[in-house]
Amino acid sequence: MATEAAVIGQRVLAGERLTEEQALALLRAPDLLAVGEWAARFKNRRFGNQVFFNVNRHLNYTNCCIHHCAFCAFRRDPEAVDGYLLSPRAAADLAGQAAVDGATELHVVGGLHPELGLAEGCRLLAAIRAAAPGLHLKAFTAVELDHMARLSGLPLAVVLTELRDAGLDSLPGGGAEIFAPRVRRRICPDKISGERWLEVMATAHESGLRSNATMLFGHLETLEERVEHLARLRRLQDRTDGFQAFVALPFQHRNNPLADLPGPTAVDILRTLAVARLFLDNIPHIKAYWVMLGVKLAQVSLAFGVDDLDGTVVAEQIGHAAGAEAPQSLSRADLERQIRVAGCRPVERDSFYRPVTSGMKHA
Amino acid sequence: MLEAIEGKLDRGQRLDRRDALYLLTEAELPALGRLAADVRRRLHPGDRVTYVVDRNVNYTNICLSRCRFCAFYRESGAAGAYLLSHDQILAKVAELDACGGTQLLLQGGLHPELELTWFEDLFRTIRRDFPGIRIHALSPAEIDHLSALAGLDLEDCLRRLQAAGLGSLPGGGAEVLVDAVRRRVSPAKIGWRRWAEVMATAHRLGLRGTATLVFGLGETPADIVTHLLRVRALQAATGGFTAFIPWSFQPGHTELGGAEATGVDYLRVLATARLVLDNVPHLQASWVTQGPHLAQVALLFGADDLGGTMLEENVVAAAGTRFRLPVEQLLRLIREAGFRPVQRDTDYGEAKGWKAVRRLKTEG
Repeated sequence: MATEAAVIGQRVLAGERLTEEQALALLRAPDLLAVGEWAARFKNRRFGNQVFFNVNRHLNYTNCCIHHCAFCAFRRDPEAVDGYLLSPRAAADLAGQAAVDGATELHVVGGLHPELGLAEGCRLLAAIRAAAPGLHLKAFTAVELDHMARLSGLPLAVVLTELRDAGLDSLPGGGAEIFAPRVRRRICPDKISGERWLEVMATAHESGLRSNATMLFGHLETLEERVEHLARLRRLQDRTDGFQAFVALPFQHRNNPLADLPGPTAVDILRTLAVARLFLDNIPHIKAYWVMLGVKLAQVSLAFGVDDLDGTVVAEQIGHAAGAEAPQSLSRADLERQIRVAGCRPVERDSFYRPVTSGMKHA
Repeated sequence: MLEAIEGKLDRGQRLDRRDALYLLTEAELPALGRLAADVRRRLHPGDRVTYVVDRNVNYTNICLSRCRFCAFYRESGAAGAYLLSHDQILAKVAELDACGGTQLLLQGGLHPELELTWFEDLFRTIRRDFPGIRIHALSPAEIDHLSALAGLDLEDCLRRLQAAGLGSLPGGGAEVLVDAVRRRVSPAKIGWRRWAEVMATAHRLGLRGTATLVFGLGETPADIVTHLLRVRALQAATGGFTAFIPWSFQPGHTELGGAEATGVDYLRVLATARLVLDNVPHLQASWVTQGPHLAQVALLFGADDLGGTMLEENVVAAAGTRFRLPVEQLLRLIREAGFRPVQRDTDYGEAKGWKAVRRLKTEG
């Protein structure tokens, strides 16, 4: 087994594309440190010792959701007393403050509100855009986009055009979960299929929007289903080249209907990130989302092929609702320190991974 | 440099200060981990990772020492100051015993009035009522304090405690064994020589124990290396240390404050300790301070023990760090890292208690 993994390691570092069988073998390889070293070498060839982060803010505009995903502790029924929907004005105020605080990006995602169609989505973005014209708006997962298209009865391409006109700059990568229908039926039965998620992303990429891609792992899926998920992302990326970063999200197990599952352990998380780095040779960046990994493990993952430590985040609700123990916010100095202590060079990036110079930061 | 160090390790040669400093500050993290994991495998062939079912009872938080890194202590008479009665402590030990526990970790502040006889009486009762429980108690600072209160020298003080039932000494209060650091963070606490003297005396009497390191107190990497070399030298003289346990200062609610050392800092210290401390058999990961994720990763960086299940823990919790780890989860961390969990006693022998441990899980 160890020798099989070593042969795979040599091949991938020689520039060969990993097969699904090889990715699976690496996920099962006993020597995690070796897999991590290959992934780190792979990462270093592209980015040297740079590690990227951004100054961003999360904005969860509503927790009302018509879906009932088993892993979610954030959702509320639309009529629940603790359900909320931010008004465009309230969202604009938060965005304006984020810009004043030095953010370059707003990450806007929320539940599937039964009354938040395309017109409301556009109003939300337009209000934010007006309040913070310099802020990059990364908004709406494929699931939310599909929901708006349904509510408005318009084709997705039209929805995307109108949202872009209202201020949309790029897409996050959420809602992918695990593509395998067997798992989706159990963890997110109401959600769009994996095919539809990929189709929404393909349409967005073809319209010129870039996005991220995610995988929620460590719940009911098998390792084969994890690899299949990665393979489908890689195939789409070969076609569209629209994914900027892959984000592996470890399942958080508190306060949700899957609370009996313990969630993935650290070695599983590091292994998944390292194998994703080696397998997804066509997706530029691998991101460790510290909110769900915890700051310490996210930092350690920088030695396992990760090149992006996400951002300052400021106010995160979804992961924390499910028991994430990380703080709500990290400062720019916190992020830079974590990266430096890991032996890497922190690079503040914009939403397209261009370095942000300090002049631009305060412009 | 790394190759030279690797060569030394292969030949079983002892690492020197320069090697240690290189490992701690410059070696690539995965390479450092690989070296430490190799040495750990050589020291402990097989796939065993141990843990002990224990309870950490802090008999008082009243303390004269007033260390700047401590969020636990109170002054005598202050709000929240407490001293547990013998009955309260015995009730806790009874719970531990019922859960299949084997170790009582008993530590507390330097109480101005608590005398040696208070401990002797307590230890005798525990030995009588709970013969299966090891009394792992009193760090060197407490021993020094008790001997001063009693007007006894260290050896006589330790002999009396031993006769009453003390079984081994925890290695707390070591912090960084460099007096320049100690003067800054714990000016009223014993210096490193006295810490070493207490340990050497205890070891001579057959009281074995652990050694700790608390880093992230503003010390230099050279200070950490000095600490490791001092523990190694002491161990070469006495052979009494069973394990080394490093962890990072938890700054919440403390006078010293500041930012906590990072996860990578922790793994570097841990792996370097495994490589430098060639004469200390075991290396403990600290899930209480580092959390389950880092504690599990530590098993790949040289640690072979996950420490105690800690039915109760107060000192780290006072600094705002609260990780809860049911035994089942602890076992899973070990298994998923590729090892076989083994419940141990305080001396690192196998302990029985599987059925009892199941009960602990449902009660916790």
